[in-house]
Amino acid sequence: MRAVCWQGINKLTTETVPDPVIRNDQDVILKVRLSTTCGSDLHLIGGYIPAMQAGDVLGHEFLGDVVEVGSAVRKHKIGDRVVVASFIGCGRCWYCANDLWALCDNTNTNPGIASMTYGFEPGGIFGYSHAMGGFRGSHADYVRVPFADHGAFPVPPEVDDRSALFTSDAVPTGWMGADLGGVRSGDVVAVWGCGAVGQMAARAAMLLGAERVISIDRFPDRLAMTARHIGSETIDYSATDVGAELRERTGGRGPDVCIEAVGMEAHSSGPHHLYDQVKQQLRLQSDRPTALWEAIHACRKGGTVFVLGVFGGLVDKFPLGAVINKGLTVRGAQQHGQRYIPMLLDRLARGELSTSHLATHELSLEDGAKGYDLFKHKKDGCVRAVFDPSRPTT
Amino acid sequence: MNVVRTGALIAAGSVIGRMVARKIARRREPEKKPRWLTVTVNAPLDEVRAPLDEAVAELDVETRLAEAPGGRGTEAGARLRHGPVDPAPVRRLAGKDPRQDVRRALREMKSLVEAGEVVRPDEPTTGKRTPGGALVRLATRRAGGEGRL
Repeated sequence: MRAVCWQGINKLTTETVPDPVIRNDQDVILKVRLSTTCGSDLHLIGGYIPAMQAGDVLGHEFLGDVVEVGSAVRKHKIGDRVVVASFIGCGRCWYCANDLWALCDNTNTNPGIASMTYGFEPGGIFGYSHAMGGFRGSHADYVRVPFADHGAFPVPPEVDDRSALFTSDAVPTGWMGADLGGVRSGDVVAVWGCGAVGQMAARAAMLLGAERVISIDRFPDRLAMTARHIGSETIDYSATDVGAELRERTGGRGPDVCIEAVGMEAHSSGPHHLYDQVKQQLRLQSDRPTALWEAIHACRKGGTVFVLGVFGGLVDKFPLGAVINKGLTVRGAQQHGQRYIPMLLDRLARGELSTSHLATHELSLEDGAKGYDLFKHKKDGCVRAVFDPSRPTT
Repeated sequence: MNVVRTGALIAAGSVIGRMVARKIARRREPEKKPRWLTVTVNAPLDEVRAPLDEAVAELDVETRLAEAPGGRGTEAGARLRHGPVDPAPVRRLAGKDPRQDVRRALREMKSLVEAGEVVRPDEPTTGKRTPGGALVRLATRRAGGEGRL
């Protein structure tokens, strides 16, 4: 089969690789319909998260058709169209049983690697390095799905592929930020980042009862897309002082809930960005937390900051003093997709959510490197580059 | 000259005396035992006893079981009867730390009891050899027996 493979830092190729096989009785094999780039892939491609080997297949946000079923699979049969949570959960450890699926105890096959960095290992994830389990990704003709009864969900017939695709990761991640961030009726919510996850966090905040939602980015096309498809207010951070703007719009209080949907390669318009980038390149810190820093400062006293963006390791000059002295609640998580995906598919079917606009570019697997180039540099208004294995090469 | 010789003798005697004293003190210290390695299994104690015994049957360990607080299942532990308390990093890298087998056995037992199988990673796609890849392969060979338990 063909697959988009990591070959080294900033080097991707599309290769012919062996087809995946059933390796456990609870596996299914999917023929991939669509698989999308995700901002967190860029950290792998750029070498910020090590533990990749040449030839590793990328991709963790996808849907497809079941073409092979392991002997212990009970909920799926050949031909089912399913969307798959990007984190793999066994469904029966204490964490899965408590809906904390990204923390599954039984799916990271290399616990010794991630626990060196984090103290304990998170669960396994598709296409996200050997530190996260060593599972092949979904930018391929076929992908193996372990514990499929717990991580693969049938797509209702009224939901099309392009809409369902993002319920694999971007939509549940965004929903989780608003849900676990404790958004309540009447809240003012600010979301840093107008990528797919940020847009979905903003929409989730609205559906959970927020009175005002303010989205922050610097790209005019993304700000316009968010205003049009999500309906939130917007701030272009490159044109104004975000903190002052938020205070002005919130009666001087600051937002009740701040959701950071940017991650470890954040950008800012001031000298602070250059300073952070130098430190990152010199490995004095692994992550650039500019948006998180801003969210902590902007948040109202006693408010909540939820970290949705992916951070890999260490940051310098974290404003812990602000957390303590403002009485903030700071929370973060990788996505517990299995907790939300069935509900989100229902909302899509009812028309409460709209996601297909996120797929701004569709390409074949042969255009893997081109797709990531469009996505990384946000060329041509790219929000998500989506790979369709059935699509002929352009 | 005599003064020098006398000084050297005193210094040598002092060093030997300190070494002997340290050795005696070490003998009087209670023998340090390897630490218990433990997993919490999300299952009742009765469902963990036999799988634990089976998992460590080939290992020279003692075991213990206890109910975990807050309904979190069962704490299943194993401890090497003999073996290094804190093996050198080079032994761990070489895969010669006996604790690695204990950790692996406990994790596999937990996964079998909870999930019914031990998930396996996918086969590598190309096998291209790079220096970074060699490091990752070494890390993945050891990772199942390392980490926090």
